Amino acid sequence: MIGQVQKFGKSDSFYDTYERKGEGEQSTHYCPGCGHGTIQKLIAQAIDDLKIQDRTIFLSPVGCSVFAYYYYDTGNIQCSHGRAPAVATGVKRTVKDAIVISYQGDGDLAGIGMTEIVHAANRGEPITVFFINNAIYGMTGGQMAPTTPLGRKTLTTPFGRDRDRDGMPMGMAELMQAIAAPVFIERCSVATPKELLKTRKAVHKALQNQIDNKGFSFVEILSPCPTNWGMSPVDARTWMDQQMTLLYPLGNFRDSVTKQDDRPGDQEEPLWLDDEALVDLLKGASDVPVMRMEPLSETQRVKIAGFGGQGVLSAGELVATCGMSEGLAVSWLPSYGPEMRGGSANVSVTLSMEDVGSPLVDHPNVLLVMNGPSLDHFEDQVVENALVFVNSSIVTRKVRRTDVRTIYIPATDLAQEAGLVSAANVVMVTAYLLLSKAIPLDTLKRCIPLVLRKKAFLEKNLSLVERTMVYLQENGMV
Amino acid sequence: MGKRLMKGNEAAVHGALMGGCTHFFGYPITPASEISQAAAYYFTAAGRTFLQAESEVSVINMLYGAASAGARVMTASSGPGIALMGEGLSYLAGAKLPSVVIDMQRAGPGLGNIWPEQSDYNMVVKGGGHGNYSNITLTPASAQEMFDFTRKAFELADRYRMTVFILSDAYIGQMMEPVEISGPVLHGQRKDWAVYGDSQSRKNLISSIYMSPALQRKHNEELQQTYRQVEQEVVDYELYMADDAEIVFVAYGIVARICHSAVHALREQGIRASLLRPKTVFPFPKNVVEDFAKRGIPLAVVELSSGQMADDVSLAANGNVEVLRYLTMGGETPTVAELVSSVRRDLATLGSRRSS
Repeated sequence: MIGQVQKFGKSDSFYDTYERKGEGEQSTHYCPGCGHGTIQKLIAQAIDDLKIQDRTIFLSPVGCSVFAYYYYDTGNIQCSHGRAPAVATGVKRTVKDAIVISYQGDGDLAGIGMTEIVHAANRGEPITVFFINNAIYGMTGGQMAPTTPLGRKTLTTPFGRDRDRDGMPMGMAELMQAIAAPVFIERCSVATPKELLKTRKAVHKALQNQIDNKGFSFVEILSPCPTNWGMSPVDARTWMDQQMTLLYPLGNFRDSVTKQDDRPGDQEEPLWLDDEALVDLLKGASDVPVMRMEPLSETQRVKIAGFGGQGVLSAGELVATCGMSEGLAVSWLPSYGPEMRGGSANVSVTLSMEDVGSPLVDHPNVLLVMNGPSLDHFEDQVVENALVFVNSSIVTRKVRRTDVRTIYIPATDLAQEAGLVSAANVVMVTAYLLLSKAIPLDTLKRCIPLVLRKKAFLEKNLSLVERTMVYLQENGMV
Repeated sequence: MGKRLMKGNEAAVHGALMGGCTHFFGYPITPASEISQAAAYYFTAAGRTFLQAESEVSVINMLYGAASAGARVMTASSGPGIALMGEGLSYLAGAKLPSVVIDMQRAGPGLGNIWPEQSDYNMVVKGGGHGNYSNITLTPASAQEMFDFTRKAFELADRYRMTVFILSDAYIGQMMEPVEISGPVLHGQRKDWAVYGDSQSRKNLISSIYMSPALQRKHNEELQQTYRQVEQEVVDYELYMADDAEIVFVAYGIVARICHSAVHALREQGIRASLLRPKTVFPFPKNVVEDFAKRGIPLAVVELSSGQMADDVSLAANGNVEVLRYLTMGGETPTVAELVSSVRRDLATLGSRRSS
């Protein structure tokens, strides 16, 4: 346990021999004096001490961390460069009892993976992140990292890291400190035995937090890379202790005791629905019976057009729902996107006795126009003998085509008289279905509740259907 | 059994839940956002997991993590988002992780626009990311097929340990049609290779890395072996009015629906047009194309791209017959009338060429 004399020999959570590296292999791939071996031993000891070997899933992303799966006798996932926090999110949200460790270097976490670490931290994913900061890209042979000190020569800064060109070294613990969700943030070092003990404690704490489901824990560990620093292992540790800690001050940044499940703004987790309840949820209320008596005289290729907000799309949905409820083949295809926002909208609906081929209605045999521009746009496209319904409350001009049947109906006025400001679409659909005899009025009334969003207006909508019928009769249209 | 009128986008989410999907990770993009929105509602209401990620890069890596832990996982996006997922898709293939991805194709390249194209064909069908790999690719042409194919995709993904794409388009996603929610609810089984954070799975490793060329070669050969098996077992297509064909449209997605109407229009004019509609484009129905080609029946590929699938048709036809290409790009779709006149024109040309 913490404070006791360090154990000798291999931790149980390491493999006895590293068969994934090579047959009978006993040594790691780390260079002499590298900090990774030391840190990984500390983590392995903590896994042993906390008795979480079976539960642990260790993520090895890209960099010198890539071969951690050679050594850890735990569940292992190798993942792509920088993305371990996203992978960890996927794992943890699937197996909530697993102890997920994201072990990342500085290029991986602070360079290419900056987005993933920041957002995983911000969501407070209850995982443990060990960030190994050795201020260089090790695996690729010694290029500049986001954490490389100013002036430091690397393969890609042969004249030294330049502030104007390369920016300042990145302090990740400080950056984490700016995010509200993490429960534990600490920066430590493996430069001296004294610091090593603190690191050991921080590693332990960060894993204990995950066992207790407290939240996101982040431990930044300064680590030597003698090979790529061009130093002896001893000099590297001295440089770390005397210079690197000036740039990256050690210490605990946050140790919050707030339990994750006590945080404000949390929602209760919804219950897992069994098969029956799931099917009920998916089938919903629109599961309507099939009861058509008569064949459709002609495939209905309907175009409905008007201003956005006039209920053009829901008019189409109502027609399609009526068709479906009578067992017809139907399709509904809207105009959409920027074209629709604030501008004009149109929808194509097909009702047919046979399978619908193209759902695009290029040449409608039924046109419902709710405003003037729609009449201008679609008048020429309708086929001969088409039915053209015009909302005469809004459209001031007459239809020019003489080879179509035109019905003018003051739809907006009739709707407003019925106390409904936006139900002109119901008037138009009612007129169409009555005159075309495509769908009986009873079916229409049965389908209105399935499409209507504001259930409080149901009665008014149903009486508007009646009112429309009376209007058509009074004017000799039916 | 009753049906519900719903969009293809919504039908996909219904199909996913009926297919046993437990985890949906999404990022908004038109015209696929409605899938994430429907998933946000239905997955959450059903006690499954929906999470909006910070980018498509994160999305695909969350899929990687959840699939590693044995879950049935999915996402949905459109061209620019799928392109961002390229590396992750390659990792999924390399690590043999099952996943389901919907691509609601929009027009490109670059930002393009949000109207339908079929220009992601090469990116999706030929892999898209680095390395030698393939994705099973299903091509629905109705809201019902958005439901059926998505449900089935999870079984295929688990069976072959592959990514299964639903390659669709903005119109199929936006269109509402009656959909039958047919059961039963499927469920993923415990996978002996996954990592669950327990003692039975402790020795498992999810990885795509083999340091020795010999092992990496073996891994690649095993993957290719799986793809050959998929070609034998998964290929699917519909032949419509093909018994007496004098010309055969080849089309998928929304274009297949337009061709369906064009077949009728041409037959009314005495031209025996037919339709071959691939329901899978990897595996591609090579044999049926080859069969038409050997019988000398001309093929007319109708596609919203520069001819990406048409290249696969030409490859299968192998020079045995004329492969006509009716291609539209930018978000427009051909009309039935345009297809009818193109076929009339080209059949006349072919006829006079043969008789001369």
